Amino acid sequence: MDRPIYMDHAATTPVDPVVFQAMEPWLKDSYGNPSTMYTAGLIAAGALERARASIAERIGAQPNEIHFTSGGTESDNWAVKGAADAQQNKGRHLITSTIEHHAVLEPLEFLEKRGFEVTRVPVDNTGMIDPEDVRKAIRPDTVLVSIMHSNNEVGTIQPIAEIGAIVREAGAIFHTDAVQSAGKLPLDVAAMNADLLSLAGHKFYGPKGVGALYIRNRVRITPLMQGGAQERRRRPGTHNMPGIIGMAAALELVTDRMAEEGPRLRGLRNRLWEGMHETIPDIAINGHPTECLDNMLNFRVEGIEGEAMILCLDMNLIGVSSGSACTTGSLDPSHVLLAMGIPAEEAHGSIRLSLGHTNTEADVDYFLEAFPPVVARLRDMSPVYNKPTSRQ
Amino acid sequence: MYSEAVMDHFRSPRNMGVIEDADGVGEVGNPTCGDMMRITIKVKDDRIEDVKFQTLGCGAAVATSSMVTEMAKGKSLDDASEISNKSVAESLGGLPPNKMHCSNLAADGLHEAIKDYRSRQTAASAT
Ligand SMILES: Cc1ncc(COP(=O)(O)O)c(C=O)c1O
Ligand code: FES
Repeated sequence: MDRPIYMDHAATTPVDPVVFQAMEPWLKDSYGNPSTMYTAGLIAAGALERARASIAERIGAQPNEIHFTSGGTESDNWAVKGAADAQQNKGRHLITSTIEHHAVLEPLEFLEKRGFEVTRVPVDNTGMIDPEDVRKAIRPDTVLVSIMHSNNEVGTIQPIAEIGAIVREAGAIFHTDAVQSAGKLPLDVAAMNADLLSLAGHKFYGPKGVGALYIRNRVRITPLMQGGAQERRRRPGTHNMPGIIGMAAALELVTDRMAEEGPRLRGLRNRLWEGMHETIPDIAINGHPTECLDNMLNFRVEGIEGEAMILCLDMNLIGVSSGSACTTGSLDPSHVLLAMGIPAEEAHGSIRLSLGHTNTEADVDYFLEAFPPVVARLRDMSPVYNKPTSRQ
Repeated sequence: MYSEAVMDHFRSPRNMGVIEDADGVGEVGNPTCGDMMRITIKVKDDRIEDVKFQTLGCGAAVATSSMVTEMAKGKSLDDASEISNKSVAESLGGLPPNKMHCSNLAADGLHEAIKDYRSRQTAASAT
């Protein structure tokens, strides 16, 4: 291969050339602040509102329900802390799952230290939540339920509409982190029964550092910051115009391409798995056999450790992750894999391939050639794997 | 994230493998924590004539294992016992702070192998 192969689209994606083109003027000549009153500002304000309307349309929302943020982490933090704070007179019980992103789990731990109670519903060994577990967890003082749409480590897709209906019936607020779903699954806030929904531009070929939080009209949520009139005082700060324009253009692009791109990625993913499974013994998929994002393949390799695989693949110019990119550098195995009941030693030996627009059939061929020797080499080195290292 | 020396030892590990008729074996770590190491040594005239390692673990764990075998080879048992986790990490140009614990495996594994050799000697001379 004469170029690096990128199989980590769940960590981030390249900005699509079409998106870059849409952004460029806002980094150059059109630098007006959309909060100002003269021509340059009015032009920016017009573009800002068109971007807002475009994003709203693609998730089935009203434009005034879209709020721009700095990314997935801020959207999740705002949803969780903002909703809990605004509803605390009604109750201080919150529900989430054991496999959420840390951008949801850690704000909840923060609230727990301040007197809120948190129930974490479990998942089965495919990473799936049973909506009945959410129903059972709901109490009269439950004010917020936060359950992710699709998981960033194993790709399992939750029965969000069903969970949302249960939460709505109970009169609590329902937040869903759809950061990994945008462009891969249809998003419709009404069908999902979502009150709050998080997006991050860089996961769908938009720029980094920009995101959105959908807040259903009439849902009360306390701002995280004060200091300006932007976003109807709910999210002050001068708008990130290039970012917002880019994110809107990206969401249009991926929504339009979804029907073709989904099956294409699913095909590449299946070829990857079948190819590996033929040549490498003692490997297994982490995740759900069917309810899984088309681009995601998380698997464990007996007898070796994830980081060593990542370094060896990098020596072959292949970029992949183990678990979430943000926790590489932590020594604990993935909380998602542990929650699925995968033993710690197998969780340590897991890696995640996440495919995207950059990947081709040739990438799959190259990976299938490069990976078996990596496994064989590390298994030779391993004191715990004493079987032959390839299928004959 | 890693120094060039760490990556060099990771890319081309020195003394990887097992000595079949080893005089001492040291096993440390635990697969549940994601890291485990086995050191086998061959001793002649109180010197480490040969040493090999097997490691399950991250880049730092592999590199420190490889480095410790390089440092120990040819040394007297007493000198080899002086090799510390810290000196292994230093010889590799340092490790990221959250990876310091991985380096504990290497010297500990070597010390265990030496201890195993010595206890075999005592057992042999007692009979
Ligand atoms: C599911 C999920 N939520 C939230 C985030 C955080 O998004 P960001 O990196 O844009 O802050 C990520 C990305 O790492 C994610 O995968
Ligand atoms: S061996 Fe555990 S993180 Fe290095």
